[in-house]
This record gives sequence, structure tokens and C-alpha cells, in this order.
Amino acid sequence: MKSLPIIIDSVRKTYGSYVALDDVSLDIRAGEFLTLLGPSGSGKTTLLMALAGFVRPDSGKLLLGDRDITRLAPNKRDIGIVFQNYALFPHMSVLANVEYPLALRKTPKAEARQRALDTLARVKLEGLSERNIAALSGGQRQRVALARAIVFEPRVMLMDEPLSALDRNLRETMQYEIRRLHDDLGITTIYVTHDQREALTMSDRVAVMNSGRIQQIDTPQRIYDRPSTRFVAQFMGEANILAPGLVRTIDGGDASHETLMIRAENFHLDARLAGPDAVALEGMLRAKAFRGENWLLTLAPHGGQEVLVCIPSALAGGCAELATGQRVTVYASAAKAHAIPGAMA
Amino acid sequence: MTIAADPALAAGARSERRFFLALSLPALVIVGLAAILPILWIIRQSFLTTGGEYTVGNYEKVLSSGLTWSALITTVELSLGTLAFCILLGTPLALALASVRPRVANLLMAFVMLPLWTSILVRTYGWLVLLRRDGLINAALTGSGLTAEPLPLVYNFTGTLIGMVHYMLPLFLLPVYAAMRDIDANLVRASASMGATLGQVIRTVILPLSAGGIFSGSMIVFIYTIGFFITPAVLGGGKVNPLSIRIERTLSTFQDWGSASVLGILLLVLMALVGAMFLVARRLVARNKVGAAHA
Repeated sequence: MKSLPIIIDSVRKTYGSYVALDDVSLDIRAGEFLTLLGPSGSGKTTLLMALAGFVRPDSGKLLLGDRDITRLAPNKRDIGIVFQNYALFPHMSVLANVEYPLALRKTPKAEARQRALDTLARVKLEGLSERNIAALSGGQRQRVALARAIVFEPRVMLMDEPLSALDRNLRETMQYEIRRLHDDLGITTIYVTHDQREALTMSDRVAVMNSGRIQQIDTPQRIYDRPSTRFVAQFMGEANILAPGLVRTIDGGDASHETLMIRAENFHLDARLAGPDAVALEGMLRAKAFRGENWLLTLAPHGGQEVLVCIPSALAGGCAELATGQRVTVYASAAKAHAIPGAMA
Repeated sequence: MTIAADPALAAGARSERRFFLALSLPALVIVGLAAILPILWIIRQSFLTTGGEYTVGNYEKVLSSGLTWSALITTVELSLGTLAFCILLGTPLALALASVRPRVANLLMAFVMLPLWTSILVRTYGWLVLLRRDGLINAALTGSGLTAEPLPLVYNFTGTLIGMVHYMLPLFLLPVYAAMRDIDANLVRASASMGATLGQVIRTVILPLSAGGIFSGSMIVFIYTIGFFITPAVLGGGKVNPLSIRIERTLSTFQDWGSASVLGILLLVLMALVGAMFLVARRLVARNKVGAAHA
């Protein structure tokens, strides 16, 4: 199956005065697994629906391969979609649901049946083909939806928060399986979620969206370690945004002149663990909490801001003895102190 | 079940059941008095001569009369005709209502419902004004030269059918619209995304999923129209004589309560037959729908 690249070129969509998509541009490589990540209302689903053809952009262009699909009807786009609530046809059996796109394409009946059965086997649903949709569990419905979206070998697959209705264990299994399916088929996939862990686990690249704009597009690791905006830093886990002057070098050198982001888990109590080029932060211990695998300390350096520090239990020798109100110094490797461009506090 | 094993709770459940049974008692009494008793009375009446003796003569007389059978045929023709036009006109209308924005749909729905708040007599005479030889429609047709002669639109089967369809359309529309509105919009999108044209979406997703509503609507139309009286009486001009009109005539002209009762029972049997047919058909459709999914 040949997959295609997608080019989103300054796409804009407004509803009255509300800007849902604010000149979004994005290049998705053929065969890539790209996740659109953002809070609700960030425009990620609108962008997905524009690709599917259910939302018509006010301006801008959508290219699938070298074909302009901006104004193409949804049923001519050849895109597989997995909807948030699965959108399985309740009046058809599992098999009939999966055969449906093939029947629309006038695939001969015997061939359609064989392909549907093969696809059901691929998503581990063999033996359930005659079942009624109502008789399936959430995880099984998810698999039927996947099978139905890939059985007609679309060039692109869109997934709109497909795992949000599943419980946590099942969600992790399905994350792995969706990714495996993607790797087997090599199909260009755009995946929408508001769960940052899901985005980091599954994606080749993540595009973080907020208020109709793409804030940053990068590999999961770079998104996490090198956020380019304050929003991205804070959306991706426990991030401390430290105003200039709060952090000094370990030998008492000058304070930083930039706004720094240091994640809670990158702090150490022991300076040696932070390496020779460490930076230090001192503050009053306001609260401490034992969370099993780690300790969460809340420090209040001068300036009023609170800083979260997360110390793994294995390395937290002195944590139990610390008393609130006492002054504590924590250290982080300079490499983990990331300057956020243009984010002057 | 540990709950049922507790005697105190079981007693509580019993008294609760009695309480709810008691709540439905007034309704049961009314149905008994207003529906069951009269039916029993009519059945008894159908076996009595005018002198009050038991006989099957009424049945022999009514069932051997050609007028009865032609009335029966007219009744079924009117009901089926009304149903056919309700399905033809109502289903696309319901589809349109279900696919526009809710605010527009509510407004359009108000227009559809408006006739329901008007007395059937007023509406029927309203049609008379429109459909007469010198009525608005014929005046427009002949005036514009579209037809040389006025069309026979009323005092016949056509006029009766027009009036009945007009009366029944909103009642057909309601369950169909409700069923279509309840279809998840993502199902339609999913179907389109897999390549379905609008026609295919309607045929493979919307119609199967609103079949229940279309069934209910059809049943309402059929059951209602079997006993229609005012519309054929006013718009039929004496030429359209379904069972309801035969009953009235048997009573007003011949004072023959026995034969009228037999005709009433005939109507009742017809309704029961049609109702049973709908229920069986619905069950068959429900059983067959899983698995059959060809576009």
C-alpha cells in the first residue's frame, strides 16, 4: 500500500468571531504517525474534520500527495477515519460493518468477505464476525472501527481521540496495537488526542495546538525537553517556569538572564547527581508529600513563585527528615534547564 | 439474591407493586368503561334482531351485500393511498427537517404542526374552498391557460385522498422525524468517509435506522384512516363510501343497529388484522437487519 504525504497550507476557519484554525500550516510525511495534541477547543478536531472534508476551510489549501483536496467531497477523499464514539452501524453485524466500504466500492462479494475476515483477524477479532455491535465491549468496538477504517486500504488514516472512552489498562494495550498496525501498514496517520502521555508514546512527531494555532511540532522527546513556548512546557507535564534571576550556577555564579523551564523530575537534592555544570535553586520548603515512587516537594524561593520538585524515592535519602519551613537547595543539570525563547516573565 | 431473601424488603417490594397497580386503576376503569364495554355491547347487538332475538341474520345480510365489500375495498384503498403519499411526502420531509440546524427545524416543525391545532372540520372545508370547480386552484389553472376545463379535484376519491393525506402527514412525520433526528451524525459522516454518496448514505444508514419510526408512523396512519369519516363525507361528495360512511348510513337511513354493529365489527377486525401484520413485519425486519448490509 502506498501512503501519501499531506500538506496543510495556511488553513483558516472561523465561526463568527471565533477563530477555530488560525492559519495552520503543517507538512506530514508519507507513512508518518503524527499526533495533534491540545486541550479541548484548541482546534485539533476542527483540523481533522477539515482533512476529512466535513469542515470547509475559509482559506488555505489541503494537499493529499500532489492532489488538492480542499474542496473535494468527503466521499471522494479515500481517507479512513476512526471516530471518537466509533460510529459503528448498529443495524449491521461486525462483518457487515467491515464489508461496508468494500460494498460501496463494488468489490465482488466473495473477495469483500475474505478481505473483511482477514482484516478482522489482523485486529484480533476472528470469531466475532457475526456478532451484533451492541454485544461488543468497548475495546472490541474500537477494533471493529479500526478494521473498518483500514479494510479499504485508504492512503491516510485519521483518528479522533479513539481511545478516550476506554479504561486505562485497555488504553495502553490499544496504544501499542494501533502503533503496531501503523507500522505494519505504513499508512500516514493523523491522531488527535488531549492526553500528552498518549501523544508521546505513540507518535513520530507531535504537533501541540492551542487556540487554533500550532505551538510547536517536533519529536516527542524534543517537545518534552525543549518546549518552544510556555504553553507547551506547561501542557507537557510538571514544568516549572522560572523567572530570570531565580537560578544560579553551582559555584555561586551569576543568575540566569533568561526564563528557564526545569521539569519537577529533573531536580536533585544531591549536587553530585546533577553533574559538574549544575544549576542551583534555593527556597523555603512549603510542603512535602510522599507519592510512592517519589516525593513531591514544594519550594518557595524569594519572589513568591512556587516550584515543584520531584525526587525519586530511591534517591530521596534525606526527604523524610526535611521539615517544612526549612531552607532547601535543589540542583539540576544545566542541560535540563531549558531557556524558553521569547518568554520573558 | 440476598435482597429478596430479606422478608421485610420482600414485603416492601410487594406493597410497592400494589401501590403502582393502584395508580393505574383509574386508567384501567376508564378504558374498561369507555372501550371494552361498548365493544362487548356492539358484539351483542350484532347478534340481535330489531325485536331483540338472537340471530346470525345480520351477518348473513351484511356479508352477502356487495355494498359492504365495495366499502371495504374503498376503506383499504383510501388507507393505503394515504399511507403511500405520507411515506412519499413525509419521509423526505423528515429527512430535510432532521438535517437542518435545530433552530430552523423547530420553526419548520411549527408550520407542520399548525394544521394539527385546527379543527378537522375547518381544515376539510378549507380544502373544499381550494379544490372546488370554481375554487382557487381551478381558477388559477384555467385562468393561466394551463387547463381548458376545471379539473375534478373534489367530491371524488382524489379530493378525499388530498384531505386525508393533509390530515395524516404531521402524525406520520413526528415518529419518522424523531427516529431520524436520533441518528448519530457521525454515522452519516463515517458512511460518507468510506465513499458513500448521499443516496447510498440514505439507503444504507438513514432509512434502515429510521425504519422503526417509519413503521410506527405507517401504523398510526393506517389505523387512523381506516375509521375516517368527516373527510370522505365532506370531500367525497357521496361518491366515496368507506365502511365508516356505510355504518352512518345504515343507522341514519335504516335505523338498523344490528347491521351497523356487524359493520363496526368488520372495521375492528380489519384494524386488528392490520395491527397484527405491522407487528409481525416489524419483528421480521428486526430479525433480518443484522447481517444484511449490502449497499
